[in-house]
Amino acid sequence: MKRILIRGGRVIDPAAGTDDTLDVLIDDGRIAEVAGSIEADDVSTTVDADGRIVAPGLVDIHVHLREPGNEDAETIESGSRAAVHGGVTTVAAMPNTEPPIDTASWVEFVASRKAAARVLPVAAITVGRRGENLTEMAELRTAGAVAFSDDGCSVLNAALMRRALDYARMVGVPVVSHCEDPALSGNGTANEGLSSTRAGLKPVPAAAEEVMVARDLILAGTTGARLHVAHVSTAGSVELVRRAKADGLPVTCETCPHYFSLTDEEVLTYDSSVRVNPPLRSRTDVEAIREGLRDGTIDAIASDHAPHTHEDKEVEFDAAPPGMIGLETLLPVTLTNLVDGGVLDLPAALALLTHRPAGILGLPHGTLAVGSEADVCIVDPTTSRTIEASWFRSKSKNSPWIGRKLRGTVTTTICRGEIVSAENGGDTGADPSASPGRGRKLAVHA
Amino acid sequence: MQWTKRHLLGLEGLSREEIATVLDTAAIFKEILGRPVKKVPTLRGVTIANLFFEASTRTRMSFELAEKRLSADTINFSASTSSVKKGETLRDTARNIEAMMVDMVVMRHSSAGAPHFLAKHLDASIVNAGDGTHEHPTQALLDLFTMREHVGELQNRKVVIVGDILHSRVARSDVWGLKALGAEVTLVGPTTFMPAEIEGMGASVSQDLDRAAEDADIVNILRIQRERQEGGFLPSLREYTRLFGVTSERVAGMRDDVVIMHPGPINRGVELAPDVADGERSVILEQVTNGVAVRMAVLFLISRVRASERTEDAELLAEVSI
Ligand SMILES: [Zn+2]
Repeated sequence: MKRILIRGGRVIDPAAGTDDTLDVLIDDGRIAEVAGSIEADDVSTTVDADGRIVAPGLVDIHVHLREPGNEDAETIESGSRAAVHGGVTTVAAMPNTEPPIDTASWVEFVASRKAAARVLPVAAITVGRRGENLTEMAELRTAGAVAFSDDGCSVLNAALMRRALDYARMVGVPVVSHCEDPALSGNGTANEGLSSTRAGLKPVPAAAEEVMVARDLILAGTTGARLHVAHVSTAGSVELVRRAKADGLPVTCETCPHYFSLTDEEVLTYDSSVRVNPPLRSRTDVEAIREGLRDGTIDAIASDHAPHTHEDKEVEFDAAPPGMIGLETLLPVTLTNLVDGGVLDLPAALALLTHRPAGILGLPHGTLAVGSEADVCIVDPTTSRTIEASWFRSKSKNSPWIGRKLRGTVTTTICRGEIVSAENGGDTGADPSASPGRGRKLAVHA
Repeated sequence: MQWTKRHLLGLEGLSREEIATVLDTAAIFKEILGRPVKKVPTLRGVTIANLFFEASTRTRMSFELAEKRLSADTINFSASTSSVKKGETLRDTARNIEAMMVDMVVMRHSSAGAPHFLAKHLDASIVNAGDGTHEHPTQALLDLFTMREHVGELQNRKVVIVGDILHSRVARSDVWGLKALGAEVTLVGPTTFMPAEIEGMGASVSQDLDRAAEDADIVNILRIQRERQEGGFLPSLREYTRLFGVTSERVAGMRDDVVIMHPGPINRGVELAPDVADGERSVILEQVTNGVAVRMAVLFLISRVRASERTEDAELLAEVSI
C-alpha cells in the first residue's frame, strides 16, 4: 500500500484547530498520523514541506464543469485537473448543463466520469430547470446528488420553491438557491450604480438579488428546510442572512473570490472576463462581503468556476455569457485579498475553503483528521506571481486575474492518497489540448 | 494644438484643452464649408470605413459628408445587430477591416463598449458614432460647438438637459464635455429616466423643469422613444408631455435669450412643441450644419496623430538603419 510522508510543514487543519509544524503520514488513501516527528517504514514518497503550508484539500461547492453539452469550454476531466491544480480536491458540479442533471442516470454519469478530483453532482430542483415540476429528489439523492439547485436562475414560482424546500428536507440535503428576480435584473450586465451609468451598460440592481434572498429566507423559515444561498454579492444579502441566522434559521451562504476582491469599476474596461452573474458590485458591497466573512455570516468561499470558450467571450460585453473561471485562483485570490488584506488570518481563511463548505453539504472532507480520506493541499505561501493564461489547466481562460499578481502557489495536491498535481515536476495535469485561443490578434486578451 | 489621441471613443476623460482644440479646429472647417468650393485635400489617400451596425441616417450622412469634404476614400457597411448573431459580426468585421488596411473606422453599434472592443484589436483609429447607451462624442462636440457659438465660453454657464437621460448616450457625452468646459449641468426628467448615481458624473438632477430652466442659458431636449411607455418607464406620453414637454408657455418662463437645442429626430408634440422647434430660440438646424464641421475636425486631428506616428516610425527606421 502507498505510504506518503509529508515532512515539516506548517499543518493547518481548521476543523481540528491545528496550526503547528508537523508531519503527516498517509497510508492506503487515508490520513494515518499527524504528529511532531513521524518515523515510518516503507514510505513510497516523501514530500518535503519545509516552509510550506499543509492544509486539507480544498472543497469548492459551486463549480460548473460544462459536461454534458459544452465540452469545448470544459469537461469533467479538464475541470477536475484545474481543480487539483488549484488545491481543490472536492467539487460540487452544478447541474446547468445541456441537458441539465435532472435524472438519476445523469447524476450517475457525472459521478462516474474519470476525474483527478472528487466530483460530486448537484441535481436540478425542477425538471429541465424549467421551474415547473420537482425532480425525483429522493432517487437523485440515492444516485449521488449532494444538493439541489436550478443555479443560473431562481425557481420563480414561490409555491414551487416552498415545495422544493419541503421535499428536500425529507430527502436530507440542502437546496442551493441562485437568488435573482429576472424582472428586476432584466437583460442587465453591470451592477446598477455610477459604473453602469458611466459605461452605459444595462444595470442590475442589488434588489434583483436581495428580494429573492428575502423570499427564500422566508420560505426556509416556514419549511424548516436547509437553504444555502449561492454567490452572495450585496451588502443587503449579507444583512438578510445575518438576521436570519440570528433568528435561528438553518441557512448558510457562500460568496466568491471576485465579490470580495473586485468592484463594479472593472466593467469600465468592457473586458468580458469581468462579466459575471450576479455582477461585480460596489465598494460598499465588497466591504460588506468582507465583514460577512469576518463575522461568520458567510459560511464558505466557492469559486463559481464558469468556463467559457475564447470565441464565446471575445465579443461585446453585453453579448458575452456571464462567468469567469476560478478553481485555480481560489486560494491565491483568498490569500492575496483576504489574508494579506487583513480581513482574516490564515486558519480562518482556510476554514472557509475546507471544512465549512464541506459541512454545508454534510461531507466528511476538508479535514486532516486521522482516518479521513487523504485530501491534502500543500502551498508555498512565499511566492507571488503574475498569472498568465498558459498557466491554467482549465480548457477555458476567461479569468480577470490574468496579468495580475497573486500570492501563493499550490505545490502539491493529494486526493484520496494519490499525488494528483505537483507544480514543480511530476505534474499529472498537463493537457496538450489546452492551447490558448485561436485567431491572431483577437486571441490576445491578457 | 492639444490633441494626441488616436481614437475618439468618448468624451469622458478629455481635457478642456483637448475639447477646445476640436472646437477651434471645427470653426476653421465651418468657414471652409461656407466657401463656394467646400472641399479640401486634407485626407487624400486616407481610407475610412463607416460601420453602422445600428440605423442612424443623420449621423451617417453627417460623417460621410465630412469625409467627402476632406477628400478621404470611404467604404460603408451597415448591418442590423439583431439580424446577425452579435459578436460574430464584430469579430469578422474586425478581421476584414484589418485585411483591407483601413486607416479609420467610424462606428455606430448598439452595444456599449463595442468601439473599445475594435480599438483593442485594430491598428485603425476608431471614432465612436454612438455605442449603446454609453457615449456619442461627436454629437456632444457639435452641441458644445453650437452652444459656444451662441453664448461664448461655457465656463459657469447653466445648461439643462431634459428627457430620457437613462437611455441617452448624448446626455452622458454632453455631461462629460460640459463639465470639462466648466459649465453647470442640470439633468431633468422623470425619476424612472435617471440613471443610478448620475450625480457622480458631476451633474445635478431635478424633476422640476420650470425651476431648473428658469435661469438656464441652454436647454437641450432629448428624444423620447415611444416604446418607453411599454417598458414601464412612463405611465403615458401624455403625462410626460405635461410634466416635461417643452412648450411655448414653458419657454415663456425661461430667459429671453435661452438657446433651445435637440439632437434630432424630434417627436413633435411629445418632448418638444412644433412652434418651439421651429421658433426663434431654436438652433436645431444649426446643430446639423455644425455636425459636419465638428466631424471634419475630429477626423482631421486623428489623422494628424496617425501621420506623426508614421513620421516617428520612419525616423526610428532611419536611426536603426544607420
Ligand atoms: Zn448562480
